[in-house]
Amino acid sequence: MSVVGEKLQPTIFELSRPGRGGGKIPHPAPGALDRVPASARRATPAALPELAESEVVRHFVNLSALNYSVDAGFYPLGSCTMKYNPKLNEWAARLPGFAGLHPLAPAAAAQGTLQMLWELEAMLAEVSGMAAVTLQPAAGAQGELTGILMVRAYHRSRGDLERTEVLVPDSSHGTNPATASMAGFKTVTIPSAPDGGVDVEAFRAALGPRTAAIMITNPSTLGLFEARVGELLQATHAAGALAYMDGANLNAILGRFRPGEAGFDVMHFNVHKTFSTPHGGGGPGAGPVGVREVLVPFLPSPRVVREADGSFRLERDGERPTSIGRVRSFFGSTGVLVRAYAYLRAHGTALREVSDDAVLAANYMKARLAGTYHVPFERACKHEFVASASEIKHRTGVRTLDIAKRLIDKGYHPPTIYFPLTVEEGMLIEPTETESLETIDRFVDALIEIAREAETDPEIVTSAPHDAPVRRLDEATAARQPNLRWRGMTGAERPCGN
Amino acid sequence: MPYGPHGADDRARMLETIGVDSVDRLFDDIPEALRAGPLRLDPPEPELELSARLTGLAARNRTDLASFLGAGAYRHWTPAAVDQMLIRGEWYTAYTPYQPEISQGTLQSIYEYQSLLAELTAMDVVSASHYDGGAATAEAALMTCRATGRGRILVSRGVHPHYRQTLQTYADGAGLLVDDVPLSAEGTTDLAALEAMLADGTPVAGVLAANPNLLGLLEDLPRVGGLAHRAGALFVHVIEPVSLAVLATPGETGADIACGEGQPLGIPLQYGGPYLGIVACKEPLVRQIPGRLVGLTRDVDGKRAFVMTMRAREQDIRRERAASNICTNQALLALAAAIYLAAIGPHGLRDVAALGAQRASELELALAAAGAPRLHAGPYLNEFAVRVPSARAVHARLLDRGVLAGIPLADLVPDDPSLADGLLVCATEVTTPAEIAAFADALRAELAGGVA
Repeated sequence: MSVVGEKLQPTIFELSRPGRGGGKIPHPAPGALDRVPASARRATPAALPELAESEVVRHFVNLSALNYSVDAGFYPLGSCTMKYNPKLNEWAARLPGFAGLHPLAPAAAAQGTLQMLWELEAMLAEVSGMAAVTLQPAAGAQGELTGILMVRAYHRSRGDLERTEVLVPDSSHGTNPATASMAGFKTVTIPSAPDGGVDVEAFRAALGPRTAAIMITNPSTLGLFEARVGELLQATHAAGALAYMDGANLNAILGRFRPGEAGFDVMHFNVHKTFSTPHGGGGPGAGPVGVREVLVPFLPSPRVVREADGSFRLERDGERPTSIGRVRSFFGSTGVLVRAYAYLRAHGTALREVSDDAVLAANYMKARLAGTYHVPFERACKHEFVASASEIKHRTGVRTLDIAKRLIDKGYHPPTIYFPLTVEEGMLIEPTETESLETIDRFVDALIEIAREAETDPEIVTSAPHDAPVRRLDEATAARQPNLRWRGMTGAERPCGN
Repeated sequence: MPYGPHGADDRARMLETIGVDSVDRLFDDIPEALRAGPLRLDPPEPELELSARLTGLAARNRTDLASFLGAGAYRHWTPAAVDQMLIRGEWYTAYTPYQPEISQGTLQSIYEYQSLLAELTAMDVVSASHYDGGAATAEAALMTCRATGRGRILVSRGVHPHYRQTLQTYADGAGLLVDDVPLSAEGTTDLAALEAMLADGTPVAGVLAANPNLLGLLEDLPRVGGLAHRAGALFVHVIEPVSLAVLATPGETGADIACGEGQPLGIPLQYGGPYLGIVACKEPLVRQIPGRLVGLTRDVDGKRAFVMTMRAREQDIRRERAASNICTNQALLALAAAIYLAAIGPHGLRDVAALGAQRASELELALAAAGAPRLHAGPYLNEFAVRVPSARAVHARLLDRGVLAGIPLADLVPDDPSLADGLLVCATEVTTPAEIAAFADALRAELAGGVA
């Protein structure tokens, strides 16, 4: 039986029948649009589908059933921190006072939200050991861009215009080099050391008067804490460069390591990872950025300001001329941030236990899998670890991709595969702190069973998934002859079996 | 810990399997000098108390006002079915559909979003979503530079100032030049100035203009686009999606790229986000569009299925050569927009736009009668500026009377003194005649200097 629903759905366009739907909006008076000149009007009406509400609901409920989700099962997607999303947070974000507040509402009408944002900034600053936090960036990648633009503004403010390079280890998230490019820097990629850590000597050799910043993920994308981070930070600062920390893996080190205190100058938080705001099928996220004192003047605008009388307001345009400016339309993804706020309040000083349990669970899984899968890095991992099917592949021809697909038959979302690219046939497995020991054990059992199947019946693994609404897809044709939209509401092509 | 399942026995069993005596051992790799002290945070707050705290904070916001505030974010009626769908965990607790076999719900919903927006904008390709209108506008502008190999962007001052500021931030990073095209006295893009700017010096990659523009006025975009094209530049039409039920589409104005804010399509205001950045383009630009795309394909058994496609443009594959660093998109908001459009239907959407226009006409009459005439004469849809002496002070006093009187243009565009006496106001289908009367009465009283 498939782990998700099996009823493929026609598209919403195929379900359309003229004349259905309606009843939502009062009809305007005839002539309501008379003052809009004909030349400014749309010539052809939009061919949008017409459905009764009951059909709309059934369509989207049935579509949702085709998804795997954290609410339904274990989702050990490494680097993504698919922890449980508390339901109180969904309730809170929908409170009319939060949900209905206009982004340009005057401060007098927005004191509740502004206070929440102020307190959230303070809590994130405490967790990270940073001097200040901006909540503006819409996602981790936008946080990175914000951070690197601040680095640029910092060097320029000192008249230091020669720093054109950003150093990035080869195991980094793709967003790091892409961000450096967007901010006008050249990326210099530094190979990892054999133990999976950053190669401090290679970094030292590359650091110089052209280095604007290094970007480090810590713990690394291999789930390893960079034990030599202190040396690396010293070398970076000695070269006059700044150190950026990609906070994607913060869930491993809450209450154990505070990046700002340790010497990182700037970092982003992925609140959809560490602070449990829902992943939403790919977004929205939010990517607050914390900075040390030297970068505070460059924070994006507007910031939340607390007045002497204890009231709050947003900065006015141009109030802080050193700012890198605005990175988005309005203040921030407040609807996401209120969820993160609730999570932080729910945990408070217990945040350290979050990381303790996440790290404990990852090391437990690693220990249980070690006899069956190759575990390239044997020292204690943090919240995630890499297992490799390279030996299985060499013996049986079964690849990591096949194992991932076979996990679907066993009822699980596969881990992240082929990332980081530095490990052959790698699987990045992240259990998080919210999965019970029984769930973790059953998942490990499934992975061990698949390894056995690879030896005894490789075909069943290489042809997986067998129990899913669709099986492996023709991705090559999809990319070569892209069909990116439904054309027309006739000539409908229906899914097989419907 | 509030949401964790482990008890002491579970932890003991895990430690035993790992072969260490305490969880602290698992953190030995953090150099001692760099280890954190205790977090100075409050103790964990039980759900009962936390819910009261959250209720209290939300209640300190004032969402009870008669609001005429728009300026890039709009109050609309969202059919109740939309949130009833969104609150399903199958949607919001899934992630990026990396495993298409068990993500067909998200993939098909994004494909439907792309298709619905393609119909609405009359463009060929719509990205699976961006952060918001400002970021979408910045990405659209960068796209014109990649496509033309040029490095100068012209943006009308009729484009929302926050979008222009966001674009400026992105352009600074990329080393691109952005020039503002002024507005004429009529409040629309100064076409003569645009023509002169296109002719002078550095070749222009793209020209950006909005319809309706910041001041709610309707622009002659086919002429803007024509001027851009004559200079070898691409034309970017900045949209407001609900208005496209009735106004000329980017496909009709000759735009190469469309971008804008999708919030009006069923997404709550929530103080600025999460919103929905729309980016759409014509077919020839498809390989330049940033962000995720979902395409239709088949599985090995020939079943129709959906998959993320053309991934070679993206950061996780191309790293420093990617079209953008964007990773997260706004899938849940794209889903909201798709459900909204399906639930409201083509006629409903037209009614939303037309009823907003009707209420705006009523508002215009009422405010003029109260002593605040329009600032510009040209056609508008549902948002416009009125002239009010000491607009900022009057706006503040109206707030005390329970009226959120739009936004003073002196706050929104402080660098344009010609708008200093303006209030930008809007009406939508949710604006009631009673609210309009309340606004007009309060304004009349204020302008008379009296106490109502």
